[in-house]
Amino acid sequence: MWRSILIPLVVAALCIGGFLACQSVDVPATQTGSLLINFDNVAGPQNLVLNSSTYQNSSGESFTVSKFNYFVSNIRLRRADGSDYVVPQDNSYFLIEEERPTSQTLTLGNVPTGSYTGISFVLGVDSLRSLADISLRTGVLDPGTTDHDAMYWDWNTGYIFLKLEGRSPAAPAAQNNQFLFHVGGFGGGYNGKKTINNLRTVSLTFGTDQLQVQTNSTPMLAVRTDALKLLDSPTPIRIAQHPAVMFEPFSATVASNAPGMFSYHRIQQQP
Amino acid sequence: MHHWLRNLGLGLSAGLFALAVACQSSPGGEPDPVVGPGETGGGITYKPTPVALRQPANFPAPVYDLANNPLTAEGIALGKTLFYDSRLSRDSTVNCGFCHQQFAAFAHSDHALSHGVDSRIGPRNVPGLQNLAWSREFFWDGGVINLDELPMAPIANPLEMDLKFADAVDRVRRTPSYAPLFKAAYGSDTVTTARFLKAISQFMLTMVSADSRYDKYARNEAGGELSPDELAGLNVFRQQCSACHATDLFTDHSYRNNGLPVSVSGDQGRFIITQQPADRLKFKVPSLRNVERTFPYMHDGRFLTLEQVLNHYAGGGVVDSPTLDPLLKKGAKPGIALTDTEKKQVIAFLKTLTDNTLLTNRALSPY
Repeated sequence: MWRSILIPLVVAALCIGGFLACQSVDVPATQTGSLLINFDNVAGPQNLVLNSSTYQNSSGESFTVSKFNYFVSNIRLRRADGSDYVVPQDNSYFLIEEERPTSQTLTLGNVPTGSYTGISFVLGVDSLRSLADISLRTGVLDPGTTDHDAMYWDWNTGYIFLKLEGRSPAAPAAQNNQFLFHVGGFGGGYNGKKTINNLRTVSLTFGTDQLQVQTNSTPMLAVRTDALKLLDSPTPIRIAQHPAVMFEPFSATVASNAPGMFSYHRIQQQP
Repeated sequence: MHHWLRNLGLGLSAGLFALAVACQSSPGGEPDPVVGPGETGGGITYKPTPVALRQPANFPAPVYDLANNPLTAEGIALGKTLFYDSRLSRDSTVNCGFCHQQFAAFAHSDHALSHGVDSRIGPRNVPGLQNLAWSREFFWDGGVINLDELPMAPIANPLEMDLKFADAVDRVRRTPSYAPLFKAAYGSDTVTTARFLKAISQFMLTMVSADSRYDKYARNEAGGELSPDELAGLNVFRQQCSACHATDLFTDHSYRNNGLPVSVSGDQGRFIITQQPADRLKFKVPSLRNVERTFPYMHDGRFLTLEQVLNHYAGGGVVDSPTLDPLLKKGAKPGIALTDTEKKQVIAFLKTLTDNTLLTNRALSPY
């Protein structure tokens, strides 16, 4: 009699044990929390406002901005001890669009609790993901959705990492005074195909501040992105000279100006 | 006792199985099918029929990753419907088959340059579609590096179908007749970019051309008899042409400047993609399969006949320039030295590459 009870008991125990085992796989040994990262797009000392405010670059050219978008990916958080927490790659692609305020604040979950002193990320979409199977490129990486701006070149496979578009008297009348900077190019493809590599890494430290990731609160890291710096430093770029930069060698100069747009602003432990 | 042990063993394996099932995580990316393969749900059975990609004995190994997109009869059927659906153009007048005609080996017969909506003319000749599983890069300049991403370009190109790709996917999403096709192919009727594109890939992958008279000759099959002229042409071809038009795919997939005078549009070819000066005026070496049917020839369709093509190479047409292919610089003059007889023989041989099986296969036709 006891044997007939024992078998179902063993099965049941193993099943429960199995589920418990899986639970423990899902919950890492360390505790985790969440954090927000806000990208505040500005133009020098002012807030960036699309289509109305007029700005000036260091070459003295005035312009308005109609579009300002960029990819942020492969985020790493620097711990106080100098080691990095690498955000799992599948959850590490974001598209910041000035015209979509909701896109400007990212949420990172499952971040190990602790103190962080800096952040780094790739401005663009790395080559591995650019070449990945199309089914692995969903959300902001989906080239077939109207949920976000089309940041993709279908004629020369790859994502557009950054777009700055607007109008300026310095841009040719023949193109309606419109200028555009489209930066992309992940460096190549198969069999040694080499193209422009405009991937750039941005690294920011929080100075004396520390970001405390905790289980019971969600701090916010505020990053400022100064669109004017794209045209100013280290290489001043004149719209009159480069009114439409897309896939061409000069785009590398624009790409190299891009990391300088980003600066650490502040941390709000309780936003 | 033994009986008790066996029962314990059964219990253990059942428990381990439960553990394995419970621990399986979804790979993410694609929405899961509503029902699994072979299961029934809502009265509809999702059981796609696997289809093997044909691997002709005289071909090298394919390069397309079928593991990421296994062919099924249902996926191919969906892809064929999309391929021949004019909704994918802005004004619903042009489908893929408009420019890619089966009787012309899916090139655009007698059209030097591609035609699009509003009778717009593109800058290049429509490349034929065949043996795509053996190609890593696409278009005359190789700008597209994955077959799955190819259809986005002609759909969105203002000179071709002129519809934003996202809008094309959305049109399909809002067309009720597609729901059962997606459900049959993928187990759910959710239209995603990946499913849309991979279905078109599946259909295009079935455009395998490997049944020409030459193929039968190469494989020692019945019907593979070549005439003395054709054999002589094959011999000349192997000596003079096959360095670029290599293997039984008749291309080495490289980009070369074959000495054409620069076109009126100044098309720089491969340079547009790589921005490397060494790539100026280079274009992909096209396959010569079905070349009898794919006229006009060259990236801008400037030659109407094979005789004109051969005269370009052998009749003093090749223009020297810094990027001219070294293989065309072997003699005293740029080009390939061929007698009139050899030209005729080469053309006779090229006509043995016509594959009526591909050109007439009902499975590939819109009707």
